[in-house]
Amino acid sequence: MTGQVESTPASPAGHGRSRPTSTAGGGRPAAGRRPARSKLARRRNRTAGLLLAPFAVLFLAVFVVPIGYAVYQSLFRVQRSGLGLEPPETVFAGLDNYTRVFADNSFLTSVGRVVLFGLVQVPVMLGLALLLALLLDSRVVRLGRFFRLTYFLPFAIPGVIAAVLWSFLYVPGISPLVELGEKAGAEVDFFSADMILFSIGNIVTWSWTGYNALILYTALRSIPRELFEAAEVDGCSGFRIAWHIKIPLLRPALTLTGVFSIIGTLQLFGEPMVLRPMASAAISNSYTPVMLSYQAAFGLNDYNFAAAIGVVLALSTFVLSYGFLRLSTRGSS
Amino acid sequence: MSRQSTTEVRGSGPVRVTPRAGRRGSPAAQLSTMVLLLAVAGYFLLPVWWLVVSATKSNGDLFGTNGFWFGSSIRLADNAAKVFHHSDGAFSRWILNSLLYSGGGALTATLIATMAGYALAKYPFRGREGVFGVIIGAVLIPPPLLALPLYLLASTAGVVNTYWSVLIPSVVTPFGVYLARLYAAASVPDELIDAARVDGAGELRIFFTVALRLMSPALVTIFLFQFVGIWNNFFLPLMMLADNKLWPLTLGLYFWNSQLRNQPWYDIVVTGSLISVVPLAIAFLALQRYWRSGLSAGSLKS
Repeated sequence: MTGQVESTPASPAGHGRSRPTSTAGGGRPAAGRRPARSKLARRRNRTAGLLLAPFAVLFLAVFVVPIGYAVYQSLFRVQRSGLGLEPPETVFAGLDNYTRVFADNSFLTSVGRVVLFGLVQVPVMLGLALLLALLLDSRVVRLGRFFRLTYFLPFAIPGVIAAVLWSFLYVPGISPLVELGEKAGAEVDFFSADMILFSIGNIVTWSWTGYNALILYTALRSIPRELFEAAEVDGCSGFRIAWHIKIPLLRPALTLTGVFSIIGTLQLFGEPMVLRPMASAAISNSYTPVMLSYQAAFGLNDYNFAAAIGVVLALSTFVLSYGFLRLSTRGSS
Repeated sequence: MSRQSTTEVRGSGPVRVTPRAGRRGSPAAQLSTMVLLLAVAGYFLLPVWWLVVSATKSNGDLFGTNGFWFGSSIRLADNAAKVFHHSDGAFSRWILNSLLYSGGGALTATLIATMAGYALAKYPFRGREGVFGVIIGAVLIPPPLLALPLYLLASTAGVVNTYWSVLIPSVVTPFGVYLARLYAAASVPDELIDAARVDGAGELRIFFTVALRLMSPALVTIFLFQFVGIWNNFFLPLMMLADNKLWPLTLGLYFWNSQLRNQPWYDIVVTGSLISVVPLAIAFLALQRYWRSGLSAGSLKS
């Protein structure tokens, strides 16, 4: 990711990049001007430092230090004496917490669950988003502005509120959907163990499809129109233009939406938490890895175990997103 | 369907009789596209429509009448009054809290991110790309995974269950720095900065007077994305805030909703949800064009 993204913004400022090397003594400036130049460079470096400082300090405080602290915590455990008379003490545990994480059935089940969820939900959502983006970009479409606004609307609704809203549409007695189903002769229980993953997937899909569709649509609009016009003159159909020109050019945007969808899947928390009171039989308190970590920390006060889960999850997220990036950029460029 | 459109244009002979069909596609293609787009629009709108309709109903009507149409009486005002009076007026307090977290947090985050992004775009210091790489890498870290260690650190520092425990993590936006760097590189010409230097302006003054003004559309975009991000945040306040006086709207509504089993205050939760959505919906409609630039930056060639 790093190497990929940084090349973009660097290029507009690219010609400025060679400057410091020459001031820093790479070139051979006239002897008399040299001190003045390096003084200037130093002053500018100081400004850059000043401008970066607030972000750097806060970034350290809320990103770097917490990550380090989580790793540190995950290497210890709290030991209570047999009789519980002495205060518990914290002892170094090496990788014990990690062995516990990987031996923990509820952890493995929850990971399996979100992986299954992601394998189905992410392709469905991105496929639909891609289709919508291509249709919105096609010449066939009318009322494009109305559709774009409508599709973006769910993004304005907080995830928790979206889950509350859909949970009402799942509850028998209130939900017109359940009622419609009954009239059609189908008894649907959205909170049953069989349906619950679909019910959650529907909420996530509803919340994020339009947002992704608009990212893809915006990327499509930035492609020079001449590319398609030439193909049209050559007699290419809209479908073939979409398949052979538009989709390959959308690859970077598709990759990006894919990575963020994977990250979103691994941190699934709000939706199942909201549905849990209504579906307590189907959603346990360790339903997703983040829920398990939350439960370990606040239900069992086992912060060390919770920290180990967090570290494992963060690493898996990183590996998955990075792997996905590598996989989808392979062969391009 | 598109293949059809080509044949039809060809079939119309050498004379270009149907330039309109050529421009817009065949009627069949148009119709099927329209049906599909409308169906998807229905999917996105139906729950919102249900929410609007249901917020006008009494508890009895919520259960007794068709969910997609109005009930026997319109009680939106009554319901809203109930929402604001419930639990000693907690709801208005939550709204103010949400505005404080989102408004204050996003404003500070925007300024800090813009300074950093500008520095990264315009000052070619050694290690710049490394710093930027770390910041971009941070975009990949799921926020809930930071929340637990943040909670532990905050409890050591004694700021758990205070406004600061939610505000401080909210003012850091790596994505904002990324956007700011892109915009600074694209919209603040080096020549202008050099000209200002020749005129004797200090580096910081150039940033605050020249660069900030040129980057102002970007500032709005960063602010909007961060505002929505904080407004929607659930996990961090859930961990940090035990005192319901400090809760943001999402947490408050989550709590009310979780009590529905024992307390049948459906009308309150439904109407409260609608009210909580209104401010953001307005911001969306009013500031559409700023969203677009953020979305396009999100899709830039990587």
